[in-house]
Amino acid sequence: MPVLTEVSFRLAPGQGLVLRGANGIGKTTLLRTIAGLQPPLSGGVEGAGERAGYASHADGIKPALTVAETLRFWADLYRTDLPEDVFELFDLADLRDRPAGTLSAGQGRRLGLARLAVIGREVLLLDEPTVSLDASSVKRFAAFLRDRHLARGGIAVIATHIDLGLDLPTLDLTPHRAAPEAPGGSDAAFL
Amino acid sequence: MSIWSYANPRKFLDTTEPWVPRLMWLSAAVLAVGLVWGFFFTPEAERFGSSVKIIYLHVPSALMAINAWLMMLVASLIWLVRRHHVSALAARAAAPIGMVMTLIALVTGAIWGQPMWGTWWAWDPRLTSFLILFLFYLGYIALWAAIPDPDSAADLTSVLCLVGSVFAILSRYAVNFWNQGLHQGASLSLDAQENVADVFWLPLLVCMAGFVLLFVALVLLRTGTEIRARRITALRARARRAEPVRA
Amino acid sequence: MRALLARDLRLAVRAGGGFGLGLAFFLIVVVLVPFGVGPETAILARIAPGILWVAALLAALLSLDRIFALDHEDGSLPLLATAPLPLEMLALAKALAHWITTGLPLVVAAPVLGVLLHLPGAAMPWLLVSLALGTPALSLIGTFGAALTVGLRRGGLLLSLIVLPLYVPVLIFGAEAARRGAEGLPAATSLLLLAGIGLGCAALLPFATAAALRVTLR
Repeated sequence: MPVLTEVSFRLAPGQGLVLRGANGIGKTTLLRTIAGLQPPLSGGVEGAGERAGYASHADGIKPALTVAETLRFWADLYRTDLPEDVFELFDLADLRDRPAGTLSAGQGRRLGLARLAVIGREVLLLDEPTVSLDASSVKRFAAFLRDRHLARGGIAVIATHIDLGLDLPTLDLTPHRAAPEAPGGSDAAFL
Repeated sequence: MSIWSYANPRKFLDTTEPWVPRLMWLSAAVLAVGLVWGFFFTPEAERFGSSVKIIYLHVPSALMAINAWLMMLVASLIWLVRRHHVSALAARAAAPIGMVMTLIALVTGAIWGQPMWGTWWAWDPRLTSFLILFLFYLGYIALWAAIPDPDSAADLTSVLCLVGSVFAILSRYAVNFWNQGLHQGASLSLDAQENVADVFWLPLLVCMAGFVLLFVALVLLRTGTEIRARRITALRARARRAEPVRA
Repeated sequence: MRALLARDLRLAVRAGGGFGLGLAFFLIVVVLVPFGVGPETAILARIAPGILWVAALLAALLSLDRIFALDHEDGSLPLLATAPLPLEMLALAKALAHWITTGLPLVVAAPVLGVLLHLPGAAMPWLLVSLALGTPALSLIGTFGAALTVGLRRGGLLLSLIVLPLYVPVLIFGAEAARRGAEGLPAATSLLLLAGIGLGCAALLPFATAAALRVTLR
């Protein structure tokens, strides 16, 4: 069924966008659609596809792999080189050889976010990236986004409730909420 | 007007609804003629005795067991290619009917096999194939029932139907191959054109027609039910969406 | 694809349960059979190829729901799906990992268990070859079934119900080849057909698996 209607934006290299709106409004749906995980009911997404890196609120961490092995795996899968400073960047240097299963929630989240620095994708689609991060980690992540990603011509679409202090334009999805009678979706044929 | 206009659920319902009772009565009449003719007005076969008369149930149900799967295959393909909801629902509606037909074929076969072969069950290629077909129906129906989202369920069951069809054909040949390794090649099954004289063949044809009509009527009836069920879900979902989102 | 395969194998080794469990299950089934049918050498020798094949099939079946379930639970699946690896290759890698962790150990262990069941020595190579050709098909078919049932509650039971009928041709040709080998009959036809099914599965089923995954990821 339709969730959001008439959402439209265009981002140039180096630009970011923050998505806002109440729980259940469709931020995750929008990000998943841009990532190509589900098709839009109408309209389209241009330029994301093969250039997009998606981070859901689950980190996809395997408890049996160490932090270093996890990042090495993503680098291999994306055929990129593992940047040496990624461990320092996300404050994971001391945890390098710890099995990911023994990490705390915040440490696990940092590992999940470090994946974004490894995969080398230009368009990052971030779904609540700061959940369970402490204040200093949020700062670190914001710094990564600003100095490493956006500054090098990357693009980021971020669904978040907290202020990252990045001074990014905001798109409030509330006015775009699909009306109950909105056309489209598989149920429409039966109404 | 294109045939695809009937893919609209509303139009499908309006068009088929009056036909359901008509087809029901027609199939009842045709079946009554065929069965009475077959049961009471055909001579008893020399080799088989009166037990042969079960073919008037056995053969048509076996025929429909396979045809129902073919119909599901076609409907699944239409859904995958053209995304017509009615097509997916028709495939869903046909599955339990096909399963019951398979069951009837198996049970009547067993009842017939007892006096003929002295056993309720033999691992004859044909019997085995039908047992496997029964399992295919079970899996297909269970998958439909297990997936909450109707579109995903339609997609996944269609893929299963496609892959299952290939494996069903493979199984059929595998079973033939396997059985020759075990038993002597004596086939006791009835191949209508070869073994059956016209006296038996004509009422059998009438019964087959009756079963086809019955199948069509049941599929239309059940598809209508599925469409209504989907409509209820859609209306409920719309009512839910009208509620305010809690911040 | 190699990265994913290496990761899955490493996980199977570390988490335990991957390599060992299927093999242990295989052993238990084979040990239970003589208790069920009696210890007579002649009877056991006769049914050994079939028992070994059915046991291998059940052992493979047992671990199918883990192929995608863990990746689904921890959210890896959407992350893998957005990676540069096509879903078809993902399906192939998953099936290969499943075969290496369950199918391959069964092939290796089968001769030992064949001895327990008095499998005639002449049948041993046929059994080995038929298992080596047939178990990859079991993994490929199972991966397809697992993709259909990702994320469903009580998906395990449903998975068995869906996959078992699909296993029939593989089981028939595999057990047939082993049995013919045991009885000294020509078994090449069964083996060729088995290999044909295996190759057909490898060529076509990853596409069906990927299609199913795309739907379940939606």
